Amino acid sequence: MAEKKIIDARGSFCSGPLMELIAGIKMVEIGDEIEVLSTDKGSAAEIPQWIKKVGHELIGTREEAGIWYVNIRRTK
Amino acid sequence: MSDANKISIIVLSDKREQLQMAAMIASVGAVSGNEVLVFLSMNALRYFARGSDIHAPAEGPVGELIDAKNVPPFKTLFEQAVSLGDAKIHPCSMAMDLLGLEHGQLEDYVGEAMGLTMFLDAAQGGQVWSF
Repeated sequence: MAEKKIIDARGSFCSGPLMELIAGIKMVEIGDEIEVLSTDKGSAAEIPQWIKKVGHELIGTREEAGIWYVNIRRTK
Repeated sequence: MSDANKISIIVLSDKREQLQMAAMIASVGAVSGNEVLVFLSMNALRYFARGSDIHAPAEGPVGELIDAKNVPPFKTLFEQAVSLGDAKIHPCSMAMDLLGLEHGQLEDYVGEAMGLTMFLDAAQGGQVWSF
């Protein structure tokens, strides 16, 4: 059963949230989901671009009350 | 990694904005499948003495904001470039000699001293950035 890991990078600026995700993605199994919380708008755009570049799956991005939630699945 | 893009980054400045941008390109470049080489020389090298917490002065208002807000420190980003992205960071042998530094006196993630012949050879055919 795939699990979901939360990475709370709120308050951190670029490229902090992306680097936290990259550190976190090594800690989960292939197929697992990660949700990154970020208050940095730039990172909310940057993370999906990184996902596309390296080939993981972007599940979705949404913003609620100034917090971006970026959901990713590790695929390799 | 023979088909990876090569990105070589020459870091000379002792100014916060320059060091921050160099560290961001190194770390994001390295974790995005590029082969990253960082060459530390001139006024940038002393920050990488083991345990150094010398303050890098800001050039302008954005550098001051980097200090005031929760931006990852440039040394952390360089370390992550190595630990998460397998970047290589080498000090310039000339700057090492001028500062009287030995390899063992630098941070663990910084490799052996590199001369210009070796750096130019390693950088050939790739992108080269200078800060």
